Amino acid sequence: MLDYTTLKIIWWLLVGVLLVGFAIMDGHDMGVGTLLPFVGKNDDERRVVINTVGPHWDGNQVWFITGGGAIFAAWPLVYATAFSGFYWAMLAVLWALFFRPVGFDYRSKIHNARWRSTWDWGLFVGGAVPPLIFGVAFGNLLQGVPFSLDNNLVSYYSGSFWALLNPFALLCGVVSSAMITMQGGVYLAHRTEGRIQLRSMMLAGYAAWVMVAAFVLAGLWLRFGHIDGYVITSSVDAAALPDPLAKTVARSAEGWWQNYRAQPMLWLLPGLAICGALLATWLVQSGRTLRAFITSSLSILGVIGTAGAAMFPFVMPSSIQPNASLTVWDSVSSHLTLQLMFFATLIFMPLIIFYTSWAYHVMRGKVTVADIQANSHQAY
Amino acid sequence: MISHELVDLSRLQFAATAMYHFLFVPLTLGMVWLLVIMESVYVMTGKLIWKDMTRFWGKLFGINFALGVTTGITMEFQFGTNWAYYSHYVGDIFGAPLAIEGLMAFFLESTFIGLFFFGWDKLSKPKHLMVTLLMAIGTNLSALWILIANGWMQNPVGAEFNWHTMRMEMTNFWDILMNPDAQVKFVHTVSAGYVTGAMFVLSISSWYLLKKRNVEFAKRSFSVAAAFGLAASASVIVLGDESGYTVGEAQQTKMAAIEAMWETKPAPAGLTLLAGINEAEHKNNWEIEMPYVMGIIGTRSLSKTIPGIDEIKAKNRERILNGIPAVVALEQLRADRNNSEAEATLKAHIHDLGFGLLLKRYTDKVAEATPAMIAQAVDDTVPRVAPMFWSFRIMVGLGFAMLALFALAMWSSLKGCFTEKLWLLKWAVLMLPMPWIAAELGWFVAEYGRQPWTIYGVLPTHLSVSTLSPASLYGSLIGFVGFYTVLLVVELYLMVKFARQGPGSLGTGRYDQEVHA
Ligand code: HDD
Ligand code: HEM
Ligand code: HEM
Repeated sequence: MLDYTTLKIIWWLLVGVLLVGFAIMDGHDMGVGTLLPFVGKNDDERRVVINTVGPHWDGNQVWFITGGGAIFAAWPLVYATAFSGFYWAMLAVLWALFFRPVGFDYRSKIHNARWRSTWDWGLFVGGAVPPLIFGVAFGNLLQGVPFSLDNNLVSYYSGSFWALLNPFALLCGVVSSAMITMQGGVYLAHRTEGRIQLRSMMLAGYAAWVMVAAFVLAGLWLRFGHIDGYVITSSVDAAALPDPLAKTVARSAEGWWQNYRAQPMLWLLPGLAICGALLATWLVQSGRTLRAFITSSLSILGVIGTAGAAMFPFVMPSSIQPNASLTVWDSVSSHLTLQLMFFATLIFMPLIIFYTSWAYHVMRGKVTVADIQANSHQAY
Repeated sequence: MISHELVDLSRLQFAATAMYHFLFVPLTLGMVWLLVIMESVYVMTGKLIWKDMTRFWGKLFGINFALGVTTGITMEFQFGTNWAYYSHYVGDIFGAPLAIEGLMAFFLESTFIGLFFFGWDKLSKPKHLMVTLLMAIGTNLSALWILIANGWMQNPVGAEFNWHTMRMEMTNFWDILMNPDAQVKFVHTVSAGYVTGAMFVLSISSWYLLKKRNVEFAKRSFSVAAAFGLAASASVIVLGDESGYTVGEAQQTKMAAIEAMWETKPAPAGLTLLAGINEAEHKNNWEIEMPYVMGIIGTRSLSKTIPGIDEIKAKNRERILNGIPAVVALEQLRADRNNSEAEATLKAHIHDLGFGLLLKRYTDKVAEATPAMIAQAVDDTVPRVAPMFWSFRIMVGLGFAMLALFALAMWSSLKGCFTEKLWLLKWAVLMLPMPWIAAELGWFVAEYGRQPWTIYGVLPTHLSVSTLSPASLYGSLIGFVGFYTVLLVVELYLMVKFARQGPGSLGTGRYDQEVHA
């Protein structure tokens, strides 16, 4: 069957696929949540906005849950170290997410302006906070995280929550927030009409420009701003049993640029990130909203791919004990588990894509104020 | 050494959030099949009332489902945030069913629940029924996979320790799937869910009948719930009895505690119905016993003996002593990976490595453990008896009470006379909370009874935690309690509001208490 090295690389790609899938799918309904208070000016309009994702947000959220499960199964040490190290950041994401299931389902069940506007802000928090924190977390991964491992592989985190909020990481948070807002705006433009659509188009455009600017700035900062990358300095036996303490790692200004040097084709990824977003602004303004959604999704692929390609094979570099950095080679599950999970993914992923597409197909078309008024008992 | 305070707080947080999650889970598991049944009748007969039933009970189902999802995400996070060493140590095995649950079950239920609510006018009748059915299959598959994961914690088959990677690794996935512990857990737990769903519909319908409201609607709902509930409560009892007493060692220990069997009794043992438990002196001050029954339930034979607590402890003492060299050898190996002598020692004692690790609760240097520490560790291996004994009895008692209720409800619904039997209707209303109480106690028995292990015989609970500060745990606990209290209040408010209002809340114009929005 597949050898261990190949599977380790496949799993790096698959985790990437799940992250990108999450950002595209759950991203658009988080973007919708972020935009909700700004594009919906009265109750009917807000219900239109909510109902564009009403039937789908729960399925989309499973990209996130499965992403977490897949990291648990494929990279248990990463799951353990990252989730416990970023304890308060994870709880902030979790608590923000609490607002979504109840927000969507409960908001329109009571006729009371205060009740409804409270849940609208809840949906805003549930949409805006997670992408911001994920961006900040990525920004910290790029700088290295202050954790150490002892000989029994118990992980200790020695940073504080506030240290996560450094300027570079916040800039990455802006990239991520703007990216998700763009995605939500483009989606809303596709599923609504009239005033709501116009507002969404405009905001999607702004978000795309902010994203491009912040993305470029983050790249320049990484290149010229003394943020060191990491390199493995010992020889790498990719097929060996995973042991994160067996290698040596050094910091180097060249660290995150090595892969781009070795494989100039990788520059296509940041290219895709920028061009996809700019194309999306243009397409959405000219009313070609479905195509705009596709290019905006490609832009997301570009952004996440850019960061992933820079860091490969690192997943979670350690700033205080670089040798304990977690990489694709040495923090993975056993050969059997990787193989098993690979086949499970191979079987279920196409099925999921198939029935998700069917669900969108069934619910296709614009959501309008008239629809909401006609179905006020049934709609969210 | 890891602080006891941290361990206790982590346990408290896990227990609180898991038990909270399980307030919503069983209703989802059961209601979803009632929806399938009601909608099937609608599709076959075309009678609108059955569609309204599906939609109204579906509305209540949705209110519950939202919190099931909310609290489920916590569970998914929590292994990483609070049980980091656990996640590393067994993630190779435990992560797989969790990830498959996402791929196979959560996507299915969550995608189709959207279409269930929003697809009434967009899908043909059979297609909508198919959507409901797929949603039901999704929720039940999710229970299957999580219980395979949980069953493995009780009886860790198909895996072995690898000192190079310092963790358990999967050796045989099939064994993990076919784990008898997981199988019995699955059938018992989903049946408990079905009982919950049936009780919910039965109680609320009875309340409408008492109020003489929506009578036709309530009568039909009552009959469906009675039939489904009778089947479910019979199976919860039969399958509860199956609950794998003799499969794993964890189960034997639990059984001894549940039955307050201090000493091994000669076969066939009697079943202790009630007892005055004296934890300090390892005896029961008095007991009421049914002869032979325990032996038959526990071993399905008249001649096999069931080990009592004192015997189990004596055996565990041996294992702890035998585990000490394993822990020491492992430490030497981690310091010097080429120490082949240590490798041989570890290999010889590997089966008791987990028992050796129990001593780490009292000392970092296991080799120097004192007899007092060893005695304490031995005591730890059996959970406290009284909570196990009584929780179990209440669960079982409620199981029989519910069986009786459903049987009577079924009988009178066949005879068509239940609308006059006010005592029956009142009893049904009062029984509403019982399935939840039984299920929570069931989980308590299963999980508290597994202590001091997270993975029975492999990984002690106190080693499983993340290296957080107790202050962080206090903070997060307060956060969870705060959030969960608010959410529960909101949920109950909506649930009561819509249950009181009844099918009139659908706005179809066919029921009492219509509202016009
Ligand atoms: C016996 C059944 C059972 C048990 C023991 C658990 N769950 Fe659960 N879970 C369900 C049965 C279920 C369900 C029936 O599928 C839920 C409950 C209500 C619902 O909305 O779906 C659900 C929802 C649910 C969700 C949200 C899924 C979605 O978005 O649709 C997650 C992430 C989890 N659970 C995760 C867990 C974890 C990590 C558990 C272990 C500690 C756990 N659950 C115990
Ligand atoms: C939703 C139903 C569940 C309930 C109500 C429940 C209940 C509990 C309780 C009461 C405890 C605390 C025991 C103690 O510390 O005394 C606990 C601990 C724990 N349970 Fe569960 N449990 C549930 C499901 C699960 C599942 C499905 C898993 C794993 C797949 C699981 C894994 C654990 C772990 C890791 C701990 C912490 C370590 C420990 O204290 O043993 N639980 N649970
Ligand atoms: C009257 C008969 C019953 C018997 C003999 C019985 C038996 C058992 C046993 C032995 C366990 C522990 C399994 C373990 O430790 O792993 C258990 C757990 C449990 N019980 Fe029951 N039970 C009964 C009724 C009920 C009822 C009526 C409910 C709820 C409606 C229920 C819900 C549960 C749940 C949720 C668990 C935890 C999951 C599990 O371990 O299977 N039980 N039951």
